[in-house]
Amino acid sequence: MKRDIILAGVGGQGILSIAATIGTAALDNGLHLKQAEVHGMSQRGGDVQSHLRISSKEIASDLIPAGKVDIIISVEPMESLRYLPWLSKDGWLVTNTQPFVNIPNYPEVEEVMDKVKALPKHIAIDADKIAKDLGSPKSANIVILGAASPFLEMDTEAFENALRKIFGSKGEDVVNANIEAFRAGLKHAQKNQ
Amino acid sequence: MQKLLLLGDEAIAQGAIDAGLSGIYAYPGTPSTEITEYVQRSKEAKERKIRSDWSANEKTAMESALGMSYAGKRAMVCMKHVGLNVAADAFVNSTITGANGGLIIVSADDPSMHSSQNEQDSRFYGKFSFMPILEPTNQQEAYDMVHYGFEMSERNKIPVLLRITTRLAHSRAGVARKELNDQNEVKLPDNLTQFVLLPSIARKQYKVLLENQETLENESRESGFNKYFEGNDKSLGIITCGLAYNYLMENYSDEKLNYPLLKVGQYPIPKDMVEKIYDECDELIIMEDGYPILEELVRGFLNKGKVIKGRLDGSIPRDGELNPNIVARALGLTDEVGEPVPPFVVGRPPSLCKGCSHTDSFQALNEALGKYSPGRVFSDIGCYTLSALKPLESINTCVDMGASITMAMGAADAGLVPAVAAIGDSTFTHSGMTGLLDAVNNNSPITVLILDNATTGMTGGQKSSALGRIESICIGLGVEEEHIRILKPLAKNHEENVKIMEEEFEYNGVSVIIPRRECIQTLNKRMRAKHKAKKLEQK
Repeated sequence: MKRDIILAGVGGQGILSIAATIGTAALDNGLHLKQAEVHGMSQRGGDVQSHLRISSKEIASDLIPAGKVDIIISVEPMESLRYLPWLSKDGWLVTNTQPFVNIPNYPEVEEVMDKVKALPKHIAIDADKIAKDLGSPKSANIVILGAASPFLEMDTEAFENALRKIFGSKGEDVVNANIEAFRAGLKHAQKNQ
Repeated sequence: MQKLLLLGDEAIAQGAIDAGLSGIYAYPGTPSTEITEYVQRSKEAKERKIRSDWSANEKTAMESALGMSYAGKRAMVCMKHVGLNVAADAFVNSTITGANGGLIIVSADDPSMHSSQNEQDSRFYGKFSFMPILEPTNQQEAYDMVHYGFEMSERNKIPVLLRITTRLAHSRAGVARKELNDQNEVKLPDNLTQFVLLPSIARKQYKVLLENQETLENESRESGFNKYFEGNDKSLGIITCGLAYNYLMENYSDEKLNYPLLKVGQYPIPKDMVEKIYDECDELIIMEDGYPILEELVRGFLNKGKVIKGRLDGSIPRDGELNPNIVARALGLTDEVGEPVPPFVVGRPPSLCKGCSHTDSFQALNEALGKYSPGRVFSDIGCYTLSALKPLESINTCVDMGASITMAMGAADAGLVPAVAAIGDSTFTHSGMTGLLDAVNNNSPITVLILDNATTGMTGGQKSSALGRIESICIGLGVEEEHIRILKPLAKNHEENVKIMEEEFEYNGVSVIIPRRECIQTLNKRMRAKHKAKKLEQK
């Protein structure tokens, strides 16, 4: 088993929580893992990305070669497209549809979404709306994780246990909100796959 | 024991704690910050009373660590690559004094300049100083090298440079721990003049340092960090180090690498290992993240006419970090890149946070300078450097820590009056104070904005050495009290702040203006913690 993942978004959107959840689930499954993060200057509202690799065999490189990514998981639609050169021919792109506009020259949202929808394997999900409807607007990132989970070759229970570990220190309410968010994302993916 | 999932930085910190560290000294700098933060957070470090507070700058950090080594205990000092420039005086001389307690200097290089103003390669400092260098390829090796490095440092009475790069510093993987060592007792050097670098003593110690290079080369041969892998296809030999080794192996994850391979993890490099690969292969290719230091060394060792490929002949790009695709292309392997980025995807540069005090400060500055010709603002290293970008476009220079004040002084000497310096609180105590003293002694007509957000913001909100001391430092350095002005950078104070700046631009001497408002990030963090504590109390 081997999954090479790029997580994408804008600084502060919570891609490291997604990474931590997948990473914890992978370790609990006895898998090898490497995860390259971005710290420092780019975190200030700039584009951020993380390369996450999980595998049953030992992993050589911290960075995934271009053209070899199995799945792009993005919390922001334009950011999802920035990493297309890394996506393999039969890779999946899972993205939030809600744009994060903090630059004056953000492209037309329609143009962005047309490109996403033109990809043969994609899931586009309004994670912000789903999270808001669930009453936990901060869990949009975990909705996306739920929507990406069918492509990560680990069972739902592994992810939910990981969410319990990651958010456990923040109390039962936060844990439950995130598990609900995860399930809502998963349901959406199963319907739209 | 279960493996810990650690960043490269954290693996180094855990390695140091386990190896019997007594003190860590550092100034925050991406990508090295997390080493010291890990020790600061570590329960074990607290129980073992390992000192870990931030230093004012990299030079003071380096010197404090050298002092701990003098007293016989194991010390580590951490910095980003450009921090090594600040520490260089102490660093270079530390191989002449030598070490007593184990001393490791960690320098984190940033090829491709993810968060830096250059991509200098710290290994050159190691070579320049005759200091042995360790260069890990992964988190486990980083951990193991710290143990080995302390032992080697004590065995050879020499400091050791541990060189990492951004991708290792900020990448996580599983790390297995070794047993926990006790800390050393205080034990002074056998020779109490060892650390006295009077010329007569330094000349002797320098000779010893040169003589010891052979022993250090033997260490490199025997440690296991330099490895020779035999290969049947001698048409090419590969020499590689650090992360480049991982990128190479990534390209051979499904098939066996048939070329002879020399993996370098410790310097000085054993000459015989290089000679062996040179003699048995038709050509060599050298892959290293950073400057072509190995390549230059190999060309220098053996210039007998064979083709040596690398960054110097263009087989690998001369600048920027490596990745698996660059390595594949250099080896003539297929390299399938996905779809190009659609043209409408635009850059998203970092920007000042919403509500940041710097925005208000620079808006006032832009207006106050409106009546003068542009190009008068000399700035420094920190979040506020982002004010060079749209929409503020306020500053005109950013060179090194502390350069704002002294560059403004030089420009004023040249006749550019008024000249303005903009420097953060933490950068001011790092390297701005001595420059301010120069400006006071020179009676320079400059206005210095010390942007006080009460933290080291860019690296994530570490404690600033300047906290609560800025006015007294300025007065102590000789700035006149009536020209030290404090203002609160808020939109509602805009007019008043502009007026204060305009007044000080008119003053024919050194003025200091301190826009003071807490960093919005640390404020939010503090408020969240307070909220959480209150909630717990209610429960």
